[in-house]
Amino acid sequence: MSIIIDTDICTGCKRCIPACPYDALAMEGKKAVRTPACTGCGACLDACKYSAISLAGGQGRIKMDITGFSGIYVFIETLGGAISEGSLEILGKARELADSDAASRKTSRVTAVLPGHALDRMPEELIALGADHVIIIDDPRLAVYRTDYYTRVITDVIREKMPEIILFGATPLGRDLAPRIANRIKTGLTADCTGLSLCSKDGILLQTRPAFGGNIMATIVCPDNRPQMATVRPGVMRRAKRDSNRIGTTETMALTLGKKDDLIRHVEVVENTKDAIDFEDARIIIAGGRGIKGPEGFELLGKLAAALGARIGATRAAVEAGWISRAHQIGQTGKTVRPDLYIACGVSGSIQHMAGVMGAGRIIAVNSDRNAPICEMADETYVGDLFSILPELTREITERKTTAA
Amino acid sequence: MHIVVTIKQVPDTNEVRIDKKTGTLIREGVPAIMNPEDKHALEAALCIREELGDVKVTVLSMGPPQAGNTLMEALCLGADEAFLACDKAFAGADTLATAYTLAMALKKIAPVDLVLCGSQAIDGDTAQVGPQIAECLGIPQITYAERIKASEKSVEVESGFGAVRRRVSADLPALVTVGKAINRPRYKTMKGIAAAFRDKGVQLLTSQDIKVNPGRIGLTGSPTSVKKTFVPELGRAGRIIDGGPETLSLGIIHTLEAENLLPKS
Ligand SMILES: Cc1cc2nc3c(=O)[nH]c(=O)nc-3n(C[C@H](O)[C@H](O)[C@H](O)COP(=O)(O)OP(=O)(O)OC[C@H]3O[C@@H](n4cnc5c(N)ncnc54)[C@H](O)[C@@H]3O)c2cc1C
Ligand SMILES: Nc1ncnc2c1ncn2[C@@H]1O[C@H](COP(=O)(O)O)[C@@H](O)[C@H]1O
Repeated sequence: MSIIIDTDICTGCKRCIPACPYDALAMEGKKAVRTPACTGCGACLDACKYSAISLAGGQGRIKMDITGFSGIYVFIETLGGAISEGSLEILGKARELADSDAASRKTSRVTAVLPGHALDRMPEELIALGADHVIIIDDPRLAVYRTDYYTRVITDVIREKMPEIILFGATPLGRDLAPRIANRIKTGLTADCTGLSLCSKDGILLQTRPAFGGNIMATIVCPDNRPQMATVRPGVMRRAKRDSNRIGTTETMALTLGKKDDLIRHVEVVENTKDAIDFEDARIIIAGGRGIKGPEGFELLGKLAAALGARIGATRAAVEAGWISRAHQIGQTGKTVRPDLYIACGVSGSIQHMAGVMGAGRIIAVNSDRNAPICEMADETYVGDLFSILPELTREITERKTTAA
Repeated sequence: MHIVVTIKQVPDTNEVRIDKKTGTLIREGVPAIMNPEDKHALEAALCIREELGDVKVTVLSMGPPQAGNTLMEALCLGADEAFLACDKAFAGADTLATAYTLAMALKKIAPVDLVLCGSQAIDGDTAQVGPQIAECLGIPQITYAERIKASEKSVEVESGFGAVRRRVSADLPALVTVGKAINRPRYKTMKGIAAAFRDKGVQLLTSQDIKVNPGRIGLTGSPTSVKKTFVPELGRAGRIIDGGPETLSLGIIHTLEAENLLPKS
């Protein structure tokens, strides 16, 4: 399907020119005309006040010309002078997709898009962790995230490079930015993906995400529009092994702002709330649920965690009861973790909680109810009262440590 | 000042069950509710009205005729006017088409100074519709609001934004998405219910009324589609171990040892 401009109706008002994400409209003899850069995305349709722009072939589904798009692009989020862990995980996933059997010419190259300021050695780091190419947009006006400027920068990258796929972290920032971009360039966007792969038949991106409170998983595709866009849940993917011998290229792009790009008047960071609980490098996580019965139960858990060098997680039920802070919550609406061992104490195994621990190496449960759903979801369930098992376990571990020392 | 709150009717996902055999949602008997965060957005709008005085609060939804019930609830809670964008042609919309339709409806009921949305809906959890409406309208968006200070001309918002708290301000018209931490929604009062049923009602907007581009709405205007759905497979070995505290704790220690996770000192 392609775009038709009716030159009899066109008044030459130029409104459609900035609406085109691909800079494919120009003025010729006071009339708008399409240039060969037109992808047929249809973004100009709504811009025309006089209905001079229409789709050839009537009013069916808009089918873009997707032939010119290629490459997997990853938006890199930075905070306080460091690359976010989530972005590195997505970069690792992008590398894996590009190296997979289903990858084609269109999906074999990974580009990291790095907007920000004072980016130091980040480009080298991105290459060592899987990028073939890094696009650097270093500008003091990008030091603090703001929707308007970042939307401009990334849509400029998309216009110039025409990515087949572009991925963002499903962080507040990514989820603020990606929809705005998807809407500007009129393509599809899948939120909060927990699985990504390339279809072995046609190479398109299969984007899997939980829906209806995690009760069901859905695989979403965006067949006719480009780029294919997704936000990806932090904690689910794995970053690539660091290889400082990897070879990659870099280029810089400039931030060019137009009149309409100043939407936000003022933005400031008022507080740093980065929560103290960092599950990323935890080998063992011990989680407590409603069966822990109160804050004292978490003290019990704390002693065991100290003996094991483990971190403490919690179910939403325990958090909402006020026994422990929200930063500890694991699951669908909390954090996604992938420790070597997950010990669930007094946790029933709701699907929303377990969604966050799918990637754990091994799961063991301590539960007094042998019919609790968790018994099927854990590798091993120890059936009994946690209030007698946990102190015993803590004592035993501490004793072994002292005899070993 | 005119505030419009977008409200979605959603199935109560707390009540959703899965037919394990067919792998599909059992929707029967699942109550339809006002999306929880939209209730907070409505509350925020009502608070601004109470604070500034000369404010009209309109609620807007896109959905099937039943979604009118949820809008009726919003009227009972104190909204002044309600619109439901309702047309077979709107069905099957993904976030791009939904946002476009809502944005065109907003243009129809313009002028609008402030649009408030929930930050996300519990059925799809996308959090995309708010920012996409803002882009359609070419107005600023501020997401995940935990505090809103509005004046006739501008809005200042504090939001929890991952590892930081931010304060962002913008001139009106603007769009703000609201999280649950912002307030505690009020309850319906008898007076509110009576007023809603006596003086107010839900006005329907069809695709004709809001002059949409037919290529941009419903299934036709949705670039994404669902390829398949399945029930998440979370099952593992499921070994059950019984015994007294000592036996069980030794069992756990064996596993720790086998995984090489037992601290040496
Ligand atoms: C949209 C949505 C999102 C959600 N997101 C999350 C999320 O991110 N994370 C999350 O955790 N939940 C989430 N939930 C809530 C989730 O559905 C469950 O309600 C919650 O996980 C249950 O927590 P629990 O296992 O601690 O409590 P319960 O289900 O009450 O289980 C307590 C368990 O403790 C056991 N027990 C009791 N006493 C003892 C004892 N003395 N010794 C040993 N065992 C004992 C019981 O047998 C029982 O199995 C979400 C829900 C919805 C609808
Ligand atoms: N069909 C709809 N009608 C009205 N508002 C909607 C609709 N879909 C989404 N919204 C609004 O957009 C917010 C985010 O929804 P979502 O992007 O689906 O998570 C919701 O909280 C609503 O305020």
